[in-house]
Amino acid sequence: MSAVLNFLIRRREAGIFVMIVLFCLFVGVQKPQFLTLDSLRIVLLLTPLIMIGAMGQMMVIVARHVDLSIGSILGLSAMVSGMMFRYMPDMPWFLCFPLSIGTGMLLGFVNGLLITTFRLPAIIVTLGTLNLYRGLTFIISNAKQIDRQYVPSILKSMSQPSPTLAVPLIIFLSFAIAVATYWFLMHTRIGRQIFALGSNPVAAPLRGINVTQVTLLVFTLSGALSGLAGIMYASRWGFVNPSNTGAGFEFQVIAAVVIGGVSINGGVGTVLGTVLGVLLLGCVGAALPLLGIPGTTQNAIYGSVILVALLIDRLVRAQGNRGVTQRAGASS
Amino acid sequence: MSTGDKAPLLSARGISKSFAGVEVLRDVDLDLYPGEIHALLGENGAGKSTFAKIIAGVHRPTKGTLILGGQPVEVTSPIVAQKLGITLIHQEPISFPDLSVAENLVLGRQDGGPLGRVRWAEITREANRLMDLLGVRIDVTKPMRGLSIADQQMVEIARALASDSRLIIMDEPTAPLTPKEVATLFAIARRLRDEGRTIIFISHRLEEVRALCSHVTIFRDGNKVATETIDRMDDAEIIRQMIGRPLKEYRHKRTTELGDVALKVTGFTRPGTFRDISFSVRKGEIVGLGGLVGAGRTEVARAIFGIDKPSAGTVEINGKPVSINAPTDAIALGLAFVPEDRAAAGIFRTLSVEHNITAAVPGKIAPSGIISRLIERTLSSESVKKLRIRLASLRQPIGELSGGNQQKAILARWLLTDPSILILDEPTRGIDIGVKAEFYDMIGELAAQGRAILLISSELPELLALCDRVLVMSEGTLTADLPRATATQETIMTAAVPRRTEGAAA
Amino acid sequence: MTDTTATPREAAAVRPLWHVVLVRPETMTFVLLILGIFIGSQISPYFLDVAYILKSFTLYAEFGMVALVLTMVIIAGEIDLSPAANMALSAAIFAFAQANGVPMPLAILIGLGAGVLMGVFNAFMVIALQIPSIIVTIGTLTAYRGLAQVLAGDQSIRVPEWYIGIDKVMVLGIPLPVVIFIILSIVLGLVLGLTVFGRQIYLIGTNEVSARYAGVRAKRIKAALFILMGFMSAVAGLMTASRLGSVRYDLGLGGELQMVLMAMLGGTYIFGGRGTILGTFLAAWLLVIVSTGMIVANWLPATQLCVLGVLLIVSIIATNFIYSRTQR
Repeated sequence: MSAVLNFLIRRREAGIFVMIVLFCLFVGVQKPQFLTLDSLRIVLLLTPLIMIGAMGQMMVIVARHVDLSIGSILGLSAMVSGMMFRYMPDMPWFLCFPLSIGTGMLLGFVNGLLITTFRLPAIIVTLGTLNLYRGLTFIISNAKQIDRQYVPSILKSMSQPSPTLAVPLIIFLSFAIAVATYWFLMHTRIGRQIFALGSNPVAAPLRGINVTQVTLLVFTLSGALSGLAGIMYASRWGFVNPSNTGAGFEFQVIAAVVIGGVSINGGVGTVLGTVLGVLLLGCVGAALPLLGIPGTTQNAIYGSVILVALLIDRLVRAQGNRGVTQRAGASS
Repeated sequence: MSTGDKAPLLSARGISKSFAGVEVLRDVDLDLYPGEIHALLGENGAGKSTFAKIIAGVHRPTKGTLILGGQPVEVTSPIVAQKLGITLIHQEPISFPDLSVAENLVLGRQDGGPLGRVRWAEITREANRLMDLLGVRIDVTKPMRGLSIADQQMVEIARALASDSRLIIMDEPTAPLTPKEVATLFAIARRLRDEGRTIIFISHRLEEVRALCSHVTIFRDGNKVATETIDRMDDAEIIRQMIGRPLKEYRHKRTTELGDVALKVTGFTRPGTFRDISFSVRKGEIVGLGGLVGAGRTEVARAIFGIDKPSAGTVEINGKPVSINAPTDAIALGLAFVPEDRAAAGIFRTLSVEHNITAAVPGKIAPSGIISRLIERTLSSESVKKLRIRLASLRQPIGELSGGNQQKAILARWLLTDPSILILDEPTRGIDIGVKAEFYDMIGELAAQGRAILLISSELPELLALCDRVLVMSEGTLTADLPRATATQETIMTAAVPRRTEGAAA
Repeated sequence: MTDTTATPREAAAVRPLWHVVLVRPETMTFVLLILGIFIGSQISPYFLDVAYILKSFTLYAEFGMVALVLTMVIIAGEIDLSPAANMALSAAIFAFAQANGVPMPLAILIGLGAGVLMGVFNAFMVIALQIPSIIVTIGTLTAYRGLAQVLAGDQSIRVPEWYIGIDKVMVLGIPLPVVIFIILSIVLGLVLGLTVFGRQIYLIGTNEVSARYAGVRAKRIKAALFILMGFMSAVAGLMTASRLGSVRYDLGLGGELQMVLMAMLGGTYIFGGRGTILGTFLAAWLLVIVSTGMIVANWLPATQLCVLGVLLIVSIIATNFIYSRTQR
């Protein structure tokens, strides 16, 4: 029994998979309608935003940083496109993609630039920009919401099942992003450098890794993906609100990433684990209304998920450290 | 054997290096030929490591040129060095613990752009080939975390082979290794030499230098003082060149009689680090604790001082059994511990010398719970005078002092606690020779005051000079308890070197 | 071991006393404060009206109190992002208890006890389990706020009439929250500056390993700080409840920014070991002046948010710069 538990803790992906299955069975016993294709669609519909954000946050955490500003980046990027929809309705709608992604990239780049230029801890910088970017969102929008009628219906239709596709487009998109992230992290040199940097930041420059470049890259990518998530938000909900859009997004994403087995100590994490972490959150999100639990419990759940993930991470570390000689490079 | 008929692989001409205006390397010329293993010797701070790091691109020289294969080269970074075929192997290899061994091998090789594909199958195949070439068995798909230091060094050497390095610099590679691992390392080094590569070997151990190297270059105070073939210099000559004067035996003279047993340790065990350690130290006695790096000496000291918890064993102080669960308990019982790694566990770098000196005596500087600036200043300035700490001001951050003066301040901190038992862990490491002698005098004086002293040292002459008795540890067990009369470099080393245990056959 | 360790440095010129006294982050804070008052008085005569400033300060006194303790936590080399959420949950538990018939004194004790427990939980995660405080308190920040939401739902829980209005209580013409803040500043300033406990906080933040070797009970002290943080957050939460007259789950939302900002603006070094209560004390006033100035100048709340965000980043850059110039 303990051997099984041991395996599940070490093979994080298998562990989360089992957790998902157990959770679904648990809910299914009480509410059989949970185990239908319909609720699968609900689960999947809850996930694309978190999935896209989690891919960016995962890279940041693997590189031993954290990005608290992604919710505000999401909001500001979505608002920029929303403004275009509202004030420049003649522009082709698909320009929102370069616009939002570009905005997100820029904001993420600013984070990275502050962190690398002044050697500041990411947590404080992104706590600052979290507020700065949120404030900017209010300023450019004059604190006005972009209402449903302005958001192009073609964009909104991406979140609806189409006659040809039973599954909405944004779900495909989010999985495509996950696959691309997998490819990028596992099969490109720069992707591996992100892992190397997180694994041993002191040694990284000695192996020709440009720490500044890699750090800038992860924050820029995290920003770009949050920007994309901003469009997905507009597509999914059909509006952009200066105060709500993206608020608290960072906690959902961090919860998904850490429960997915990405180590807060850097250098460790898999895309599959993160995807499963996102799906687990999706299942929980879909099950709550069925079980009659009010939506106000969501934040408490995200918080607990983060804490549980930290405890599991700690357990893994305690086991992994047995017999380890030492972590070179950190000393001397 | 003459090397005159071959062209040098690397020539250094007029290499100088200054750190913050202080010259640590002066005008060094050196030729390194293909197929030689060349030892660099010298005391700590003599400049040999700095020189090696300049060749490897870690430091840039202030003056001078490097000529590689007849061409002047600028080694601006370790990456450039790697491209030029120069690899530096650190004592504790730099690795990425979360990445696989295979990936550690190829990381930093500049093939393809940033989006260049990582060909895992090829990488694994190549890594296995290199491991076979070195004759070591390491699963290259496993993460680096968990490999022994020796295996990590093998991975480093494999990396040098992978990039087809012509010049491999080994900076004190043997210190953390067991004799068997050293033998493997040497065999590989010789093979590399026979392939025509050049190896720079930095070590403090003359016997290893003799066993492996063909040439030796000696550094002293930032100057190169000699380059010779090894067979033309005997040990005494080498040592004379290193310290610049004939080896003078320092001997601490005992003036007082030994008192009662002050510290008694019985059956100390901590699985994986040491087992069944028993010994005692008397008042006024200096007991040495020798052994190779990694033998478990520091760990025993840490356990006595309450930093780690032993799983079994007892400590008695002045004949009374005590329980020490934290350094606070130890200090209250009159113990003091000057740790080995001054920067990591001794000083508070950005705080003032004053705060550093009074750190362990809160009760003295704050009799009523409120810190008295007057008492604090008086205590610390007295200590500065007594230990002759050279500084500009008590307010100065301790990080601005030299290593020797930092160490004196740490000693001062502990003397303020008026300890009856002092544990000194490598107290003179990284300290200038002149200051070293001062330390020896101080340690002798402390013993003469009736304090019990446990001196952990890797320097045999230091143990022989100071100690009344030398304990030797090897692989976590106590292997010898040598009284002054029978302690020699040979007897200590014999006990320190691990042997294949007799029990292994049973 | 590098050869540079042996490089003698004691020849380096000592900084003259005026340099030591003047070139420090608190001086920057003080100069900015004077500058802020001066500029403010040019915009509006309100800034020379002490009563107005004191009244404005009541809006920030609760965050200020917590920021004082946070300063000590940061000097000890840790961070706590959860206090604003703790304020909300403590206040929600207190309000929920009294709304359900628990007598007020007991409800207050329950609220304070809850805050202490939250501090204990943070301490347990960070110190016993050795998980970095950054990530632990991001987790507890979410969880505490979430629990407050579970408890209070989307409702405002009223508190009794007599409990409302701590900011209207005057002591010698000064609002009570401001008095509490000033007294707390003096007490904590003395504790950090003059006592062994305070000194050991600096030792731990500068080099925890060295501190442990020197007999400092680092774990105990850090745990004490996290628990004090929890207690102070609960006090601040209950005071906020009194000021607002009701408790919602979003009480003090985003307050971690203001608290961290006060500590940073006051010259607390983000990597630990340096900083003073005086700095944070001055920074709290500076923040009130800046915020009030922005309100008087009729800036949008959003613009104010931007300014605070920028101020946070600029203040760490400035602090790091000053420390890098004065100490190596």
